[in-house]
Amino acid sequence: MEWSFVIEKFALVTIVFVVTLVIAMYSTLAERKIAGFMQDRYGPDRAGIFGLLQPFCDGGKFFFKEEIIPAGAHKTLFIMGPTIAIITACISSAVIPWGQSLTIGDRVISLQVADVNVGILYMFGVIALGVYGIMLGGWASNNKFSLMGAIRAASQSISYEIAMGLSIIALLMITGSLSLKEIVADQSGFVNWNIWSQPLGFIIFMVCAFAECNRVPFDLPECETELVGGYHTEYSSMKLGLYMFSEYINMFVSSALMASLYFGGYNFPFMNDLGLSENWITILGVLAFFIKIFAFIFFFMWVRWTLPRFRYDQLMNLGWKMLIPLAIANIVLTGIITLIKDTYFS
Amino acid sequence: MTVFYLVAFLSIFFALMTIFTKNPVHSVLYLVITFFTFTIHYILLNAQFLAVVNFIVYMGAIMVLFLFVLMLLNLNKDTEPMKSNLVKMMGVIAGCCLVVVLFGAFRVFDLSNPLIVKDPDIGLVKNLGKVLFKEFLLPFELSSILLLTAMIGAVLLAKKETRKV
Amino acid sequence: MQPLSNRKKVLEQKPMNFMERIYFPAIVKGLSITLRHFFKKIPTIKYPEQQRPFSKNFRGQHSLKRDEEGRERCTACGLCALSCPAEAITMIAAERKNDEKHLYREEKYAAVYEINMLRCIFCGLCEEACPKEAIYLDGPHVTADYLRKDFIYGKDKLVEPKFDITKLNS
Repeated sequence: MEWSFVIEKFALVTIVFVVTLVIAMYSTLAERKIAGFMQDRYGPDRAGIFGLLQPFCDGGKFFFKEEIIPAGAHKTLFIMGPTIAIITACISSAVIPWGQSLTIGDRVISLQVADVNVGILYMFGVIALGVYGIMLGGWASNNKFSLMGAIRAASQSISYEIAMGLSIIALLMITGSLSLKEIVADQSGFVNWNIWSQPLGFIIFMVCAFAECNRVPFDLPECETELVGGYHTEYSSMKLGLYMFSEYINMFVSSALMASLYFGGYNFPFMNDLGLSENWITILGVLAFFIKIFAFIFFFMWVRWTLPRFRYDQLMNLGWKMLIPLAIANIVLTGIITLIKDTYFS
Repeated sequence: MTVFYLVAFLSIFFALMTIFTKNPVHSVLYLVITFFTFTIHYILLNAQFLAVVNFIVYMGAIMVLFLFVLMLLNLNKDTEPMKSNLVKMMGVIAGCCLVVVLFGAFRVFDLSNPLIVKDPDIGLVKNLGKVLFKEFLLPFELSSILLLTAMIGAVLLAKKETRKV
Repeated sequence: MQPLSNRKKVLEQKPMNFMERIYFPAIVKGLSITLRHFFKKIPTIKYPEQQRPFSKNFRGQHSLKRDEEGRERCTACGLCALSCPAEAITMIAAERKNDEKHLYREEKYAAVYEINMLRCIFCGLCEEACPKEAIYLDGPHVTADYLRKDFIYGKDKLVEPKFDITKLNS
């Protein structure tokens, strides 16, 4: 193992980590700002210009709040809950290709932390692991509401993971690879984006992504009106902050995943006709990728301030009776179309 | 090789912890860690697909359901059912059977089997898919039918019985 | 029961049709509504920096007025205290010394004049009772505070600052 390689990867990991955290931080501000604008008011605008220092104030507040661990709680698991939540949220961005490779001198630096052969499945695994954070936290709190939240989170995430996986399978049938790098590289230009061939799959995937991130309209695990705070009822101080933070990081990562699976990742229209050097295209590609991610984050928030929460039976019905059959139908349809294409048009 | 021994030690250790802890929730969590060490084993064997599937299905889904059920049950000391001697005897017999099967398997197992060592990439998705859909098509389909049957059975069990009047 | 009027409307809950059951048209409609609001003009007034004009008959914090020469008008007659339904006003009268003629208009003046803002109901009866036109409720809102004693406003807060009447209209 070369030292330069280690340093390169270390730098990349650090950058991705910092960017993820900063985006998660400012997502909290963006959420409140967008909520404000959608309700005909300004969001927070007192801390700094346009409220840009608000995340720091919030963070500081979280750190200095009193930390309470309930007497009846299971101490180890109570601390492990938010820890697992934040760790799984942070490591899930490892396989996302942020851009093509940069060439500096004679070194080619790939803008992807790890090109795992089974990239998408890795994401799924990490997302599936994320529910442990919520479940352990909810159970360890020794509180009925927390337990209810934890149980809801578990059953919701398992139900929607199935539909999510099935919607991805149709995509994989087209691309023929599980590596995110290859999937994104296949979508070069504009007409090759997977959204054009997989609109139904994308919608299913997006709905499931909402459910996996516990975002409105699927935020039943932390449903304030019924369960006080859901799984984080008993949490205070930075532990609560970590739960919130992991939610925003999850949102960022799933936006990145949706952008790279269906909207071409770092590819942007006419990228090969501009006549720019490789490095410039890479940098523009990273920018394009982040614009797509921000668009998705905006969409997440837009939906949050539009739709009311589903009822639990509606949630389950939607997951099992609508999304899963639709996803299976999508697979069959994709298979038929691929078959026809291969036999008659090749 | 040292990595292997470390991970092997950890997996055995956590497997033992699974059995010996009193608290059922701890037990499940140790089982989760055991599965995680298995995932590392698969990665060491260059079987990435199996590793990830083990990760998703066992750690991410099945153990969550285990935990789910355990959290709903009220597992206090006084609700624990008494273990009669018969149950203990049955446990011992089952354990002995397992040991016999394991020894039988070890006896047949040949460490220098060229089929396993021949192709280090056999665990990758592409090769695995080709093997599954060509050489092992029948067992693969049969197991899927088995799963389907189990699923239908579960749905039937969960359905409300129509009352006969 | 016999309906008293025929305005009763029986709500019919029809089963949802297909378009309603797939949720999507309704979701898109909702999204468009929120997006419209996103670009709407925001009616918020950022209070401490921007202030809304008060209405003409708004009654805010009291001020004790001065006359055109800058002397305090109040003569401590006590009519305001008497008329106050909330008994918020107290005062101690004093006699004007010879060298204080530029300070007080009348021979008697209020040495101490206190209004308890926690009692005051801003009814404006003191204003009406005053024969010397010395008290008006023309100030801003009375602000919040931490201690009860800080709500008892003395002359330091109530008497209006000195001004030059010749420059007032220019």
